[in-house]
Amino acid sequence: MQKKHPSKLKRRVLAALAATTALGVTGGAVAFCGFYVAKADTKLFNKASKVVMMRDEDRTVITMANDYQGELKEFAIVIPVPVVLEEGQIHVTENAIIDHLDAYTAPRLVEYFDEDPCQRVVYERMVQSTAVDEAASPSLRRDKSLGVTIEAEYTVGEYDIQILSADQSDGLATWLTENGYKIPEGAEATLGSYIKQGTKFFVAKVNLEEQAKTGLKYLRPLQVAFESPKFMLPIRLGTVNADGKQELFVFALTRTGRVETTNYRTVKLPTDMDVPLFVKGEFGDFYKSMFDTQVQKENERAVFLEYAWDMNWCDPCAADPLSPEELRELGVYWIDGGPTPQPRRSMPQPQARDVFVTRLHVSYDAEHFPEDLMFKETGDRSNFQGRYVMRHPWQGDSTCKAADDYRAGLPKRFESEAQTLANLTGWEIDDIRTKMDDGGQSFTPPKKVPWWKRLWGNDKEDG
Amino acid sequence: MTLSRLPPPKHQAPPKLQACLNRSAAFGYLEAFMPRDPRVFQIMALSSLLAFGWSQRAFDILPLGALAIVIGALTAQGLGSLLQAVKFDPKSAVITSLSLILLIRSESLLALGCLAALAVGTKFALRLGGKHIFNPANAGIVGGLIFASVNSPGLFWTTPGQWGTAIWLAALMAGAGMFVTYRAARLDIPLVFLGVFAGLMFARAIWLGDPLTIPALRLQNGALILFAFFMISDPKTTPDGKFARLAFASAAAAIAFWLTFFAQQSDGLFYALAIVCIIRPLMEWLDPARHYRWGDRPGAIPSVLTMFPARHKNPRNSSAAMPPHGTMPPHSTMPPHSATPPTLPAE
Repeated sequence: MQKKHPSKLKRRVLAALAATTALGVTGGAVAFCGFYVAKADTKLFNKASKVVMMRDEDRTVITMANDYQGELKEFAIVIPVPVVLEEGQIHVTENAIIDHLDAYTAPRLVEYFDEDPCQRVVYERMVQSTAVDEAASPSLRRDKSLGVTIEAEYTVGEYDIQILSADQSDGLATWLTENGYKIPEGAEATLGSYIKQGTKFFVAKVNLEEQAKTGLKYLRPLQVAFESPKFMLPIRLGTVNADGKQELFVFALTRTGRVETTNYRTVKLPTDMDVPLFVKGEFGDFYKSMFDTQVQKENERAVFLEYAWDMNWCDPCAADPLSPEELRELGVYWIDGGPTPQPRRSMPQPQARDVFVTRLHVSYDAEHFPEDLMFKETGDRSNFQGRYVMRHPWQGDSTCKAADDYRAGLPKRFESEAQTLANLTGWEIDDIRTKMDDGGQSFTPPKKVPWWKRLWGNDKEDG
Repeated sequence: MTLSRLPPPKHQAPPKLQACLNRSAAFGYLEAFMPRDPRVFQIMALSSLLAFGWSQRAFDILPLGALAIVIGALTAQGLGSLLQAVKFDPKSAVITSLSLILLIRSESLLALGCLAALAVGTKFALRLGGKHIFNPANAGIVGGLIFASVNSPGLFWTTPGQWGTAIWLAALMAGAGMFVTYRAARLDIPLVFLGVFAGLMFARAIWLGDPLTIPALRLQNGALILFAFFMISDPKTTPDGKFARLAFASAAAAIAFWLTFFAQQSDGLFYALAIVCIIRPLMEWLDPARHYRWGDRPGAIPSVLTMFPARHKNPRNSSAAMPPHGTMPPHSTMPPHSATPPTLPAE
C-alpha cells in the first residue's frame, strides 16, 4: 500500500483518538440463587499454607497464616523478601481474619428443593457445614550466628525477626545451619539463586517470653509490607526435599480485578455442577477428589481459580464479606471505614471499597513447579465461585400430567448427576449409583398409572 | 506436467531442507495451487488457535468482544484505504483482529473496538520510508496497556499464562508458525528471536544455578511461541535486509529478556517489539533492501538462514544469494515493480 497523505491522516487518527474515551460496556454480574449448605475450606488439605496478598501497583502486603503445631521454641521460618524491611513494615495479626477470608471464598455446596410440578411453590432450607482434618508445617531450630550481614533485627509480637543479606549461598547456608535453621539438603542452590537476584532473607523464630504474654497456644500470622515491582510468591525453598506435594492457597486482594499466574496456567475449577444428594454428607471428600482429578487433568501444572468476587457482596454466601477493619488489617490501605458490606444476595451499587478478592489453589512440587509463582493483576471483575448444586426431588403426591412427566424424568436426571460426579471426582459410577439409590434417588422409572385410575378417583382408593 | 510451470527460483541459496522443498515434485505441484499471499495461511493458523483456545482453554473472550475488535479493525482499514486511495484489502485487518482477540482482554466492548481501530490506524498514520513503523496488533496492545496503566487501571490486560506450557501445543504452534513465516520469507526472524531469547534464559539459569526446567518451561509457553511466529515475524514491519533482520530479532529478544527478568514486566515481549520497531529505520538504513511485497516467493528473499552460501553445492547461487542492496532479485514469476530503497526522513 502506498502512502498518500500521511500527515493529514495522522492528524485525523489522532483527532479521532482524542475524541474517544474508553467507556465501558460491561456485562453485569449474574446473581445466583440457591442456599449455601457446606463449604470446603482449606482445613481439608494436609500441608496447606495460606497466604493473603494485598497488591496495588507496587505496594504489597503479604500475610502468612501460621498453622504450626509443634513445640513453639522449635519454630523458625526463612522467607525470601525483595527488600530490607523496617520494623514498621512487619506486623502480626489474628488467625481469625484469615479464617474468615478462607470461609468467605471457599467452594460451596448449595441445595434446591424442586417445586410441586402441579402448583409452583418454592421450599427453602439451610443445613450445616463440614470441615475435616488438620495440617502440619516444617520445624527448624536455632543456635548462634556466624558470617552473613544481619541488616536488621526486630521483635514483633511473639517473633524474633532478622533480615539477612548474603553474598554467597554457602555462607548463608552455613550461617542458617549454625543458627539452628535446619536447611534441607539441596537448598543451597536455591538460596544461591535468590542471592544472585538481590533477594534478602526474612528469618523468624518464636520469642517464648513474648509468646507467653499473648496467652495464646498458637502462633499468629506474620505480615510484611513493602514496595516492589515483583509480584510473586517464593515457593521454591519449600519444594526442596519436600515429601510429596504441598497445597497453597493464595488470597489476593486487589483494586482492579482478578489475579492470575503468568508463568503457569490459571484454570477455573469446574463449577455450577448438579451433584447427587449424598454429596452433602461427604462434601469434603467430594471436593478433595474433584480437586485431585482436575490437577491430574491439567498435567499437574495448573493453578486453580476457586473464587473471584467483588468484596462488597456474595451469593450464596459461605460467610459474610470481610469488614473494612479486617480488610485494612490485611493491608487494604485505601479503605477507611466506609459502609459495612452487604451480607448476601444483593449486587451492591458501586462503592468506594473497590476490593476484589481472588482465591487461587495450587498443589505443587519441584518437578511441576520449578519456578516461583509470578502473578499479574487483570482488569477482569467478573465473578466466579466454585459452586456445586444438590436438587432435592419434589416428594409430594399431587397428580397431574406435569407431575407424571416430572417423575418419569427423574431417573434420567439422577443418571446425569451420577455421571457428572464420576467425571468430576473419578469415583466409580456403580458406587455412586448405589449410594444414590440408598439415599432415595432411584433409577427405576415410576410405574405407569393407567389413565382410568384417575377417573372417578380410583387412584385415591388405592392409596 | 504442471511441475514445469514453476521452475525453482534462480536466486536461492537455501539450506538442504529449503532446497528439497523447493525442488521436490510434490511441493512444486502444491505450490501451483497454494495462495501466494502468506496472510491466507496466517489467518487460517490464527483462526485455528482461536478455535482451540475457545474450546479447549476456556479463553475469556466474549464473542461480542471479538466482534467489536473485527468491526473496529475493518472500519479503520476501510477509512485508511479511502483516505490514502488504495484498494481495500481486509486480510491484514483480519490478522490484526485475530491477534488482538487472542492476546488482549478488556471488559469494555467500546474500548476493544477503539483499540482495534487504533491498531490498524497506526498502519496508515505512522509511516516511514514507505513502511508502517509498528506492527499494528503490537501497537494496539502496547498503546492499550500504556493507556490503561496511566488513565484507567484494568481497562486492558494480557494473559501470558493462558496457553500453558504443554509441549505438544508449543510444537504444533511452532510447526504452523514455521510454515507461515517460511511462506512470508521471514522464517529467520522467529528462529533468531527464540534462539537468542532461549540462550539468554538458559545462560541466566546457569548463572543463577537454577534447574534448566525453568527456562525450558518458559520456552514452552504458548504465548511466547505465538508472539515469535505470529507477531514479531510480520514481513511488513521487519527489516528487509537480512543483517538488519538478524539485528532486529536479536535486539527484540535481548530487550524482551531484560524487561521480563530485570524490569519484572510481564508484558515485556510486546514492549520489546515496539521498541525495536522504533529503531528499525536505523537498521534498515544501515542494511537497505527491497521492500517485501505480499506474494513474494520465500526463496526470492535473502535470509539469515541462507547467509552462508559457501556451503551450497552450486557456487553460482552463493553470489546470487546476496543481491546488491536496494535491488530486486530477478524472478521469473514476480511482476516487475520499481525498487524503492528505504529512505530516512529529511529531518
